[in-house]
Amino acid sequence: MLRREYIWQVPVRLTHWVNVLSIVVLSFTGYYIGNPYITVSNSEWWGVYFMGTVRYIHFLFAFIFVASLALRTYWAFAGNEWASWRNLFPFLNVEGRKSLGDAIKYYAFLRREPPEVIGHNALAGLTYMFIVALYFVQVFTGFALLGQYNPSGLWYKLTGWIFGLVSNQNIRELHHIIMYLIIVFALQHVYSAFLVDSEEGNGLMSSIFSGFKFLSKDLADRVRAKR
Amino acid sequence: MNEFPEGLEKRLAARGVNRRDFLKFCSLMTATLALPIRYQPKVAAALAAATRPALIWLEFQDCAGNTEALLRASRPPIEKLVLDILSVDYHETIMAPAGKQAEKSLLDSVQANKGKYLVVVEGSIPTKDNGVYCTVGGRSAMDIARQVCGSAAATISAGACSFYGGWPAAAPNPTGAVGVKDLMPGIPLLNMPGCPVNVVNLTAAVVHFLTFGALPATDQFGRPLFAYGTRIHDNCERRAHFDAGEYVQEWGDEGHRKGWCLYKMGCKGPATFHNCPTVRYNDGVSWPVGAGHGCVGCSELGFWDTMSPFYRRLPDVKGFGVEASADQIGVAVVAGVAAAFGAHGVISAIRAQRDPIAKHKDGATPVSTEDTPQAGKGA
Ligand code: SF4
Repeated sequence: MLRREYIWQVPVRLTHWVNVLSIVVLSFTGYYIGNPYITVSNSEWWGVYFMGTVRYIHFLFAFIFVASLALRTYWAFAGNEWASWRNLFPFLNVEGRKSLGDAIKYYAFLRREPPEVIGHNALAGLTYMFIVALYFVQVFTGFALLGQYNPSGLWYKLTGWIFGLVSNQNIRELHHIIMYLIIVFALQHVYSAFLVDSEEGNGLMSSIFSGFKFLSKDLADRVRAKR
Repeated sequence: MNEFPEGLEKRLAARGVNRRDFLKFCSLMTATLALPIRYQPKVAAALAAATRPALIWLEFQDCAGNTEALLRASRPPIEKLVLDILSVDYHETIMAPAGKQAEKSLLDSVQANKGKYLVVVEGSIPTKDNGVYCTVGGRSAMDIARQVCGSAAATISAGACSFYGGWPAAAPNPTGAVGVKDLMPGIPLLNMPGCPVNVVNLTAAVVHFLTFGALPATDQFGRPLFAYGTRIHDNCERRAHFDAGEYVQEWGDEGHRKGWCLYKMGCKGPATFHNCPTVRYNDGVSWPVGAGHGCVGCSELGFWDTMSPFYRRLPDVKGFGVEASADQIGVAVVAGVAAAFGAHGVISAIRAQRDPIAKHKDGATPVSTEDTPQAGKGA
C-alpha cells in the first residue's frame, strides 16, 4: 500500500520552475548573443534594437535566476530534511553511500528496482552537487562579463579581479561551455525523472507540481515521524 | 644651452610654434587625460615652465613598432617632442651616436640624472638561459633593464611586448619573454600596452607626469585609466549596428560596405579596454574598426594567445585533435548524451517488458488515500 506524503515544500518547487524558465530563456538569448544567427530587418519595429533587447532579456533573467538561487540556498538551510544542502553530498553518510551504490547498479542494469527513497535518490543528489557548483560559476562569470561596461561599478568591483587570473576571452568561453553542461544536465534530469517515475510508480513527475510523493508504508511512517 | 631656453612655450616659440598652437596642444592633452577642461590652464602653466626631463628609450625584443608610432607623432611632431618637451638622451633608432659611444651616453645619462629621468621600454625581456636571447653591447636586456629602470623616476612600458611579453611571449614562449612588470615588480611603472602604443596617449602620460609630478591613476593591470578605462565596444562608432543586430557576415558583403558591426568577424572590442575609438591613430584619421577590420585586443594581457583566432568570436578549445570551437564541442556533447540516454531508455523499456517491476515489489498495489494529510498542512 503506497501512501501519499508531502515532501517538496513550496520554495523547492517554486525555485525549480523559476530555474527551468530562466535556463531556457538564458540559453536561447545567450546563444544568440554569442552567435547572432538571426538576421533582422531594421524596417521591422522589433528589428531596430534587436540585439539590445535580447541582451536586456538575458540580463533580466540573469537577475531572476540569481534571486531564485538565493532563495533556494536559504531554503537549503531553513527547509525540511529533503530540501537540505545535505542531499548534495550523499557520500558523507552510510545510508547515502549505500543508496548511491544501489542507484548506480540500477542504471547499469545490475539491479532490477531503483532504490526507494523519500526525497532525492543519492545519485540525483550528487548530480545536483555538480550542477549547483556550475550555477555559481555561471553566475560569477556572467556578472564578470557584464561588469566590464563600467569598471568603476559594483559588479566589476566584485568580480573584476578574475581577469587578473584568467583572460576575458577564456571567461567568456567558460560561460559558453557551462551552458552546454547545464543542457546536458537537463537532459539527464528529465530522462531520469521519466524512468524513475514509470518504474517506481511513486508519482515523481507530478511531485514537482504538487509536492506529494507516493511512498511505501515504512518510508511514509518515517516522514510522519519527522513531522 | 641657449638653443633651449627654459620653459616649453619659449622653446617652441624659438621654433616657430605660436602660443595658439601651444594652447591647442594643451587642450588636446587635457582632453586625452580625461581631465575637466578647467585643467587646461594648469597643464599649460606646468608645461610652459617645465624643465626638460631626460628620457631614455630602451628597445629589447621588439619590432620597433612603437618607435615607428612615435616617429609619426603629429601632435606634437616628433622633432618638437624630442627637442623641446623631453631631452631624449638615448634612443637606438634615432640617436646620432653609435656603438660604444651610444652605450656611453646611456650610462652618462643614468648617472647624471639618477632618480629623475623617465624610461620608456619597448619590447619584451627574455629571461631564459640568463637572458642571452637579447643583448645590447654585450649586456643582456635583463641586466640593462634592471639598471636603467631601477634608478629612474618612472618607467613607462610602451606596447604589448614590454607589458607582458607580447608576441615573443606567445606560446610556447621559447625565450621566456616577460614584461617590465614581471621582471621588476614594485618599481614606479605605467603600462601602456597596444600594438603599437598610441603616441597621443604616450605623450599625454608624459604631460601628466610633468603637470602633476606623478603617474596617472591606473587599473589592476597598471594601465592608465584615462586611456584604458573604458571598453572599445562601449565607445565604438559601429555600436548602434551591434545593438540593432546588423552584422558583417563576410568581408566585402553589403553590411561591410555599409559599415555594420564586425562582431561576427571576430571583433574583440567587447573584450578590450582602450580609447582607440575616441583618440584614434594617425592624427585622428582612423583606427582599425573605423577602417573595417575587427579589433584584435592588442592592449589586453596575453592577447596573442587569448584573443586569437582573430577572426572568430571565441578561442579554440585545445586538446580535441583538431582545434574546435566551444560551440562545436558543446553541440557534439549534447547530441552524444542525448543518444546515450535514448539507448538507455530503449534498453529499460525492453527490460520492463520482459521483467515487469511489479514482480519485484508491492508497488503495483493501489494507493491508499486514507490518512493522507491535505496539501499545505504538511509543510
Ligand atoms: S565593431 Fe567591434 S567594438 Fe564595434 S560595436 Fe561591433 S563588436 Fe563592438
